Amino acid sequence: MESASQLRKTLKDLFRSQRLGVLATYGRRQPYSSLVAFAATNDLKYLVFATTRATRKYANLSMESQVALLVDNRSNQDTDFHRAIAVTALGKAEEVKESERDRFLTLYLAKHPYLEEFVNAPTCALLKVSVDRYYMVKRFQNVMELHMRR
Amino acid sequence: MNPVIPLDQIQDEDRDRVGGKAFSLARMVRSHVNVPHAICINTEAYNHYITSTGLRERVLFELNRKSFDEIRWEEMWDASLRIRNMFLNTPIPAELLATLTRAIDSRFSERAVVVRSSAPGEDSAKASFAGLHESYVNVRGTDSILEHIRLVWASLWSDAALLYRQELGLDVERSTMAVVVQEIVIGDRSGVVFGKNPNDPSQAVIEAVYGLNQGLVDGTVEPDRWILDRKTGQIISYTPAHRAKAVFPVREGVQLKQLPSAKLNTPPLDHSNIAQIFDHALAAETLFGEPQDMEWTFKGDMLYVIQSRPITTGLTGDSGDKRSWCLGLRRSFENLKELRRKIEGELIPAMVEEAAQLSRQDLKKLSESELLDEIKRRAAIYDKWLDVYWNEFIPFAHGARLFGQVYNDAVHPSDPYEFMDLLGATGMESLKRNRMLEDMASMIRENPHLAEALRNGKTGADGEFDKALDTFVNIFGDLFRDMAESKEQYSAITGLLLEMAGQSVAQRPFQPKDIESLERNFLSRFEGEKKAEAAELLDLARTSYQLRDDDNIHLGRIKGKMLAGIEEVKRRIEERPSDGVKTRELARLLKDPQYILKEHASADQPETDYRIKARQIVGQPAGPGIARGKARVIADPSDVFGFNGGEILVCDAVDPTMTFVVPLSAGIVERRGGMLIHGAIIAREYGLPCVTGVPDATSLIHTGDQLTVDGYLGIVIIGKTVDSSISVHGSTLAAL
Repeated sequence: MESASQLRKTLKDLFRSQRLGVLATYGRRQPYSSLVAFAATNDLKYLVFATTRATRKYANLSMESQVALLVDNRSNQDTDFHRAIAVTALGKAEEVKESERDRFLTLYLAKHPYLEEFVNAPTCALLKVSVDRYYMVKRFQNVMELHMRR
Repeated sequence: MNPVIPLDQIQDEDRDRVGGKAFSLARMVRSHVNVPHAICINTEAYNHYITSTGLRERVLFELNRKSFDEIRWEEMWDASLRIRNMFLNTPIPAELLATLTRAIDSRFSERAVVVRSSAPGEDSAKASFAGLHESYVNVRGTDSILEHIRLVWASLWSDAALLYRQELGLDVERSTMAVVVQEIVIGDRSGVVFGKNPNDPSQAVIEAVYGLNQGLVDGTVEPDRWILDRKTGQIISYTPAHRAKAVFPVREGVQLKQLPSAKLNTPPLDHSNIAQIFDHALAAETLFGEPQDMEWTFKGDMLYVIQSRPITTGLTGDSGDKRSWCLGLRRSFENLKELRRKIEGELIPAMVEEAAQLSRQDLKKLSESELLDEIKRRAAIYDKWLDVYWNEFIPFAHGARLFGQVYNDAVHPSDPYEFMDLLGATGMESLKRNRMLEDMASMIRENPHLAEALRNGKTGADGEFDKALDTFVNIFGDLFRDMAESKEQYSAITGLLLEMAGQSVAQRPFQPKDIESLERNFLSRFEGEKKAEAAELLDLARTSYQLRDDDNIHLGRIKGKMLAGIEEVKRRIEERPSDGVKTRELARLLKDPQYILKEHASADQPETDYRIKARQIVGQPAGPGIARGKARVIADPSDVFGFNGGEILVCDAVDPTMTFVVPLSAGIVERRGGMLIHGAIIAREYGLPCVTGVPDATSLIHTGDQLTVDGYLGIVIIGKTVDSSISVHGSTLAAL
């Protein structure tokens, strides 16, 4: 089994290799998933994504800020069953504060430079997920948890 | 697709799809060497079979359950057995089947054949991979040939191949297998020739036996041996064999039989035969451009070459490589029969006698220096038996494996471990012990007065119970020395009995399976001599299975005697209160020299910002069923005494000293993997859900953790689960 440091490395490698993740929000007694472009902080404590404020996910977030974000490296092949890694992050999503905006925006645009116009639009919100824990699934059935201390 | 190529039509560009063996045979045919007729079922057939049936993914799945670094040899054997069963239970797709049937029918009809592996790259590899893949001699009839082709395909994933997967470059997505179906030549004398002696480049070596080559190749028949001068062909030396038996074909397959008396004293080859074989070796060397390792057979005066490959260095040369020892565990039936005679006739009685002798000695009467000498002597005795354990008892366990393979080949069960039910080890020592415990527990259950007295630490409340307890400690007390000092033994055992008495009797019903009909069904697949052989193998496997458990008990007794010496030292030290030696530490060190190392090994520094936790760990399913309960992790032998009914036993390896809590437990989780290991055997016997081969089980799981043991899929889930989500039929456990 992996040590905590190996696990963290696996997570960082995965987050570096993937641009998109599936964000799960909840509102009106109904879960809702959306594909979002994300970026992770180096200490793995935050995941950052952007959305316009008119979206369903934003509406959901204003009612329930607890979210799940799934990031995986599947390739739609049979080998996914033993090769793919899927990570689910659980945590609380909220808009970044003005004081943090520069830091998170730089991080986000370093990974997604083509989204500059989008993120800077007045209607767009930059959000951070403060991760409480990660669930990592490898080899189809092996599940490890990484709990973050704050 | 053209999956069949006759030997004489194989061209240079076919090399990769016919494999090394077929390619060499084809070149010899073109050079007019006398090679028996053969066809090659090329790799396209294998590829089509595993792709169109979905087998490729299933093999991938099986081999990727966990990292290869964490898989023990026994688990590789298990994986290999499961894969083999997948092949046995997966029919060849209709179109391919029709093509193969036509080719085999028209070539061989009812004539017997040899079905051989011909893996691409196998013969050109630097190391010799002989014996990693299967070949089957004397197979008759199209259906049987087709089945054996599947077995040869499956042997691409044999335990030995998995062990040497790196050298072989074994890769589920790329590796493939061709098969040679060759008309059998029933030679009366057979053997091998090495065109160049691996130990002396100026020499050649010829080995010969009567009958077929199989006895020589698998090591059951000792060959006559000639060393020749490579330049002149002159015989330099001759070593006759102790000739007794030889391998002959029977109706289907081959059998080791007594050699007729006329042949016992006659070498299988004369000088002109030797010259003829040597000439063939030289001709092959010219043809292939390097010295050859060639198998041949004489039918009357006619010499046939059966196969030829370059001489390569063996795989077993590296002394630091444990794998050759692992491969040495694969024993032939003959070898196992011999081992059984030795174990039953000599070793076990000697072990029992040794333990009895040690019991008769009164340690209290020895002087201090005598006592220390005695401890050393006992440690040496224990070491001696530990060697016997590794060198004789462990290999004998292969009896059960060999039977498993024969059973699966004959019966094609959907559960590859069905054969274990037939080995039902009801006579096992540990079960006998558990039954004694259960009897005592039921005395407590029926007598509240006795229960109350025991709870208050009082004895003498029930004479019959005291007698039973004394008998129990007399027979099995040594096994508890690891865990408790003698004065604590009684209270520890009564504590356990009270716990057992609190469990309802019906909790753990034995589920007698219809063993007789299983056995009848198995034996009905054989006829004549083969039937007798199958029955003999079953009997041997039962002994092997039972011994796999009993040997631990016998060895545990001897270890107990060694520890008794240490305990006596402790007792004497304790009687001298001025002595500052930490006796418990001392005793522990004497018992386990690794202890200090373990204690002082630097642990991973905890990382303060993170905490890692396993949620779900995959091992091997070793006992079907699902269990939920609190974990009881056995890190130290004495942890067993804290065991509460309904807990899940989590340990590195189930030790004979732990098995008495098995009836109390809801399930078993073991770090060590394998279906034929102690924990799995006991769990199967009690019908308990069991998962073995769980990496880092004892460090990732903690006593008190809520566990779910899925013995169907081989998964352990740590932490709370919603009851309704864990169902036997649902697939809600899949995590991805």
